[in-house]
Amino acid sequence: MQLAFYIASAVAVVSTALMLTRLHIVHALLYLIVSLLGVAVVFYLLGASFVAALEVIVYAGAIMVLFVFVVMMLNLGARGVEMEERWLTPGIWVGPVVLAGILIVEVLYMVRGSTAGLGAGGVEPKQVGIALFGPYLIGVELASVLLLAGLVGAYHLSYRKVEKREIQHDADTHEGRAAAGGDLVLAGTDRPARTP
Amino acid sequence: MFSLGLTGLLVRRNLVFVLMSLEVMLNAAGLGFVVAGARWHQADGQVMFLFILATAAAEVAVGLALVLEIYHRFKSLDVDELSEMRG
Amino acid sequence: MIRLLWLIPALPFASALILVLIGSRLSKRAAAAVGAGSIGFSAVITILVAASFITSPPPANSYTQILWTWISVDGFRPQVGLYLDPLSLVMLLVVTFVGFLIHVYSAEFMIEDGDYSRFFAYMNLFVASMLMLLLGNNLLLLYLGWEGVGLCSYLLIGFWYRDPANGRAARKAFILTRVGDTAMSIGLYLLFTQLGTFGIQDLMQRASAQWPLGSTYAVTAAFLLLGGAIGKSAQFPLQVWLPDAMAGPTPVSALLHAATMVTAGVYLIARTHVLFSLAPSAQLAVAVVGACTLLLAGFSALVQHDIKRILAYSTVSQIGYMFLALGVGAWQAAMFHFVTHAFFKALLFLGAGVIINALDEEHSIFRMGGLRKELPITFWTFLIAGCSLAGLPFVTAGFFSKDLIIWDAWSAQNGHPAFWIAGILGALLTALYTFRLIFRVFFGPLGIPVTKRPGYRMTTPLVVLAFLSIAGGFLKQPLLGFLHSGLPSTMEAHAGTLTETRSEAVAGLIFLIGLYFAYLFHLQKRNWAGALVSGPVGRSLHQWWFADWGFDWIYDKVFVQPFIWASEINKSDFIDVFYTGVAWLAQWFYRGLSRTETGRVRWYAAGMAAGSVLFLAVVLFK
Repeated sequence: MQLAFYIASAVAVVSTALMLTRLHIVHALLYLIVSLLGVAVVFYLLGASFVAALEVIVYAGAIMVLFVFVVMMLNLGARGVEMEERWLTPGIWVGPVVLAGILIVEVLYMVRGSTAGLGAGGVEPKQVGIALFGPYLIGVELASVLLLAGLVGAYHLSYRKVEKREIQHDADTHEGRAAAGGDLVLAGTDRPARTP
Repeated sequence: MFSLGLTGLLVRRNLVFVLMSLEVMLNAAGLGFVVAGARWHQADGQVMFLFILATAAAEVAVGLALVLEIYHRFKSLDVDELSEMRG
Repeated sequence: MIRLLWLIPALPFASALILVLIGSRLSKRAAAAVGAGSIGFSAVITILVAASFITSPPPANSYTQILWTWISVDGFRPQVGLYLDPLSLVMLLVVTFVGFLIHVYSAEFMIEDGDYSRFFAYMNLFVASMLMLLLGNNLLLLYLGWEGVGLCSYLLIGFWYRDPANGRAARKAFILTRVGDTAMSIGLYLLFTQLGTFGIQDLMQRASAQWPLGSTYAVTAAFLLLGGAIGKSAQFPLQVWLPDAMAGPTPVSALLHAATMVTAGVYLIARTHVLFSLAPSAQLAVAVVGACTLLLAGFSALVQHDIKRILAYSTVSQIGYMFLALGVGAWQAAMFHFVTHAFFKALLFLGAGVIINALDEEHSIFRMGGLRKELPITFWTFLIAGCSLAGLPFVTAGFFSKDLIIWDAWSAQNGHPAFWIAGILGALLTALYTFRLIFRVFFGPLGIPVTKRPGYRMTTPLVVLAFLSIAGGFLKQPLLGFLHSGLPSTMEAHAGTLTETRSEAVAGLIFLIGLYFAYLFHLQKRNWAGALVSGPVGRSLHQWWFADWGFDWIYDKVFVQPFIWASEINKSDFIDVFYTGVAWLAQWFYRGLSRTETGRVRWYAAGMAAGSVLFLAVVLFK
């Protein structure tokens, strides 16, 4: 049990580290997926099978796939690798590593001496479900609203780009202006002038 | 894991990598929550992880849409290019 | 009738206010009517008040009219009160009457000026302040009038403000009189803190009761008041502003710097004569100042060629005579000379104004000539005034007043032969420069032709003043008798070998000598004058006296240049560093902070990370 935990967490950490240092973006993505799967195993070993399943399905399944789609759409290829080569100089790692290192030390210091009670049963999915429908009901509703907002936002951000160009072409012509019904139509332009 | 994510965020200049490092950080935070919940035998940890997951999903959707928009506008994914709000 | 006293200063104040508020909308006739009319009414009321005062004198020969309480703070309650006694009545009559004549004159003199109503507003304000000065029953009110006339002097000297030279002259006048005013105000504070009141009569009583003869307080206060009088009356060593004050319009020179304002110092000393009697050293200083000034200015007047500057130095010199009289204790003689001097000096200035106007702004007497036939009225009135100034025996008023002073310089209690000699020498100089002026301007070949002749509004005041310059002499006995109740009469101490008639004979002789030499050098053999000046001694003396014995130069070197030097050094004003330093610090912070605003996400993220690391560190290791 303990061994499985250590192996899984090692896999997660190592693959995350590898992800950071890859030059090709798709390689990094694949390493990230591996890391997430490792974390899912850790979840299962802690007895939280519900979240383990969620991790695999949502995180590794949906979110990462979304990443892959976008990367494919961007279509960077070899040029991307070149860019990464240029940007990732050795010197650039120093500052962040130091900062993160200090952070690790501090957090470890904070949580020292509290390693009791792991693995003794876990929390059943049933309990989680009851908690969700009970005290955390509002949170659930809000989460759904958030997802809705995300949906609409993503849709809007990518929708405008396509449509706007077409409309712009039309608006340059007189008919396009009148047809669009905008309030900047000059008075009397849509009607032939009548002599009194 | 969090530190690794933080490092990645600070180092990489490719926008997609930045988002990925962000995901790593979120994941790490969620991991912490679940472990704490398991330690104290409460359901709250997993509930929190669920919320984090929802948030991450929404954020990724919007973020990637933005990435596409930025790529079309600036023709590059360099994070340092996006510094028009400099003082 | 005497209760109308308050109208005398009130009318000019009111008309000044009216002219200030709506003067620019009035026609020139209306503005002149308001301006001159108010002074005219004041003059009429003064005459009525005087008649009432003389025919039925009030008890103690003085009348006080309290108008209202000015300030009321914890026992300090100076009032606005008017005090009328023979001294102030005499001065009132002169100021309002001569003032009225000058206003009528300036109605025509200033007719082409665009700032017509502003001129009358200032002139009326001046007269009102002067009347307040004369009538005030406490030193605060006197000081109010004092400052008011100083202000109006500044405004009027710099009336044609568009020329910066006029502004400089006005500032010079103001600053120099300020020096005197500061001394005077310190004197006022001294008197108040020691004697506890500002009322003049109370002060004099308490001073004579509390302070022994020659006490330090009395001497200090007297010297400080003398400082103020020196500043305002342009005596040595503060006389340098008066010649430059001629930059103002001629009626201003006539009213302020001949007849009224410059005599404010004389009035002050005469008012506080009790204080000066308690301080013999101060009184001696008054006499010495007067004697020095009359000689100084006399020599300077002898070599000027601007007609108004000659008259300015002459004014300084004549006021020196008044100071001399005050200094030797001849109070009434000083006032008598003030009255006659007001008449003939105002007349001289007004005549000079006519000449300047007629010759199209020409000021130099060496370019004038032969105006005797061209401007007859001006010539005769000017001649009368000049004779009065120089002291033509028996006929003119100036003779009587000046000779009274010269005699008292010998015979009065504090008199001294040296003062008598100074007076006689001064009379010689006076005759010399006066007739130099008259011969150069009116006699000889025609210089610049006359382009404009004066109208009746300008010639009538000339005639009236000429009449007074002659008739004033016959006022001697009545005037002295009248003043006797207000001022102590001069006691004759050492008569010795000289009697009054002999002194007068000497003075008359001096007059003739001066007249002869002036005739010689400036009419008959004019080239002699040129020869005298071009010799080495003559030339250096000429330059020295022309520059007013170098006082301007001394003041420039001692005061003005160091002040300018210090100001230049402090140009960046080290006190400002406190304020600019704050601004600079803010900018420095701004520059530093704006560099953190790079717009790069990674930088901000690093900032957040570093911040949280720091925060955790603080929490953990507290």
